[in-house]
Amino acid sequence: MTELFGIPIQALLGQLLLGLVNGSFYAMLSLGLAVIFGLLGIVNFAHGALYMIGAYVAWIAMEKWGIGYWWALLLAPIVVGALGVAVERLLLKHLYKLDPLYGLLLTFGLALIAEGIFRDQFGVSGQQYSVPEALQGATNLGFMVLPNYRAWVVVASLTVCLGTWFLIEKTPLGATLRAGTENPALVQAFGINVPLMVMLTYAGGAALAALAGVLAAPVIQITPLMGSNLIIVVFAVVVIGGMGSILGSILTGLALGLVEGLTKVFYPEASNIVVFVIMAIVLMIRPAGLFGKEK
Amino acid sequence: MTANRNAWLVVLALLIAAPFVGIYPVFIMKALCYAIFACAFNLLLGYTGLLSFGHAAFMGSAAYATGWIVRNAGLSPELGLLGGMVLAALLGLVVGLIAIRRQGIYFAMVTLAMAQMVYFVCLQAPITGGEDGMQGVPRGKLFGLLPLGNDLAMYFFVLLLFVAVFLFIIRVVHSPYGQVLKAIRENEPRAVSLGYQVDRYKLLAFVLSTAIAGLAGGLKTLVLGFATLSDVHWSLSGEVVLMTLLGGLGTFAGPVVGAFTIVGLQDYLADRVGSWVTVIIGAIFVVCVLAFRRGFVGELVAWRERKRAVVHP
Repeated sequence: MTELFGIPIQALLGQLLLGLVNGSFYAMLSLGLAVIFGLLGIVNFAHGALYMIGAYVAWIAMEKWGIGYWWALLLAPIVVGALGVAVERLLLKHLYKLDPLYGLLLTFGLALIAEGIFRDQFGVSGQQYSVPEALQGATNLGFMVLPNYRAWVVVASLTVCLGTWFLIEKTPLGATLRAGTENPALVQAFGINVPLMVMLTYAGGAALAALAGVLAAPVIQITPLMGSNLIIVVFAVVVIGGMGSILGSILTGLALGLVEGLTKVFYPEASNIVVFVIMAIVLMIRPAGLFGKEK
Repeated sequence: MTANRNAWLVVLALLIAAPFVGIYPVFIMKALCYAIFACAFNLLLGYTGLLSFGHAAFMGSAAYATGWIVRNAGLSPELGLLGGMVLAALLGLVVGLIAIRRQGIYFAMVTLAMAQMVYFVCLQAPITGGEDGMQGVPRGKLFGLLPLGNDLAMYFFVLLLFVAVFLFIIRVVHSPYGQVLKAIRENEPRAVSLGYQVDRYKLLAFVLSTAIAGLAGGLKTLVLGFATLSDVHWSLSGEVVLMTLLGGLGTFAGPVVGAFTIVGLQDYLADRVGSWVTVIIGAIFVVCVLAFRRGFVGELVAWRERKRAVVHP
């Protein structure tokens, strides 16, 4: 059996893997968005820009200082996390008492600023980042040839996502965080430094986005626009999944990546819009999203 | 109120005189198109409290539709504009039906996502010209009689439509229907408990707003002679939010002031600072949200009220 519905199995599996890779990025980004929204009440439009900056940090580290991929995996989240601290302390802090729409608008402005600066510095053409030596090549699984790097991306991001899920749902720290989402004033009364927690949550979400950026760097073109194009799809993913559940956003992200991959095989013209179509259908049937709770 | 009316008459007189005192008419026409667009947007965000983050989809799809009707079908410009408005309104009906199923921030995200879908359709559809855009749209003859190729004729046609839209929005806001919209903005659950079918009111406001946005898009195509992907891009959806916010949310004059400011700024900066335009626009966004939420007109109104309070304590 080398064909399925007239499509060579190899091509089908290749696209599915590519979909899974994209799905991992959706999962990591929507996870960060959900956690930030939960605690700060801010829909972070700048999430795409943070992802973009993460990829650029890796690229700059390689080009300018010869710092390799593995260190970049550590460096980019730290740099972007620190940026997140600055953004939260200087700007977002002033918005918590306002309508959440203002948070969206402010972070939209931040995304424009980041995009403009990087476009001025590096132009709009894509930069290449090579796959690290240890992960080059491919493994023949018999039924398909598996590029090592793509397999690594899926495994690494799934590990990070599940790790975050475990941290939030199963540890005392996570319990405090969830309590802060429910009732910050009460948590503060228990002697927990809620503003610090909020700051670290934003930084953590930012670091997660940067990590996704580094993981993505070798499989995509690094451009200043890569973040904004992705964040809109991630918004749709978040609407589909509902922001209520962490595991929900991970699953939705992966599933939509796969669906997108399948659409590329069977009807490539629609692959850009399939996520949005699914969003419309889900909103018609379950307005709160697949894993969301109404209010 | 009379002071307001006098101010508007002065502005109108200035706009009528503008092309005769050497101001480039195409620039004002472009700014007026964006002013119409921002007024339409303000009807939603300022008076109904709905943040549509995908309004460029309606302006842009109408821009293409008008272009196609005038250039490819060879019909007259008023039919082109009408066609654009109808398409934008129908699209608004579909997007509105889906988006009003969620409130607040989700509404913004859903409209953004739906608009991105429209963008991809425009990117791939054969009639839009893809990356090159739809070029060479003639202005044609209005009602088959008045040639709009003349900049002055086109200018007064745009000005007339702008005034009409402006008065229409004032009329809508002051009507009983507009009062219900404001009630929904202030407190949606209360409006529901008063027995209003909130979703219908919201949907109608959405469709009205998208139809006017469509008029703005069609006019812009006629003025400039082309429609491109930047007319449907999300960055334009963001710009119209900024225009409204900077000028003054929920004020009649605000979106107009904001549109002229942003279009003027972009025009002025485009050749001077290159890609820093985006940075500057972004920075204005940040400053506006942090420290200038009332916008120019909102601040003016607040200042006048403070002064009045001092005079008549």
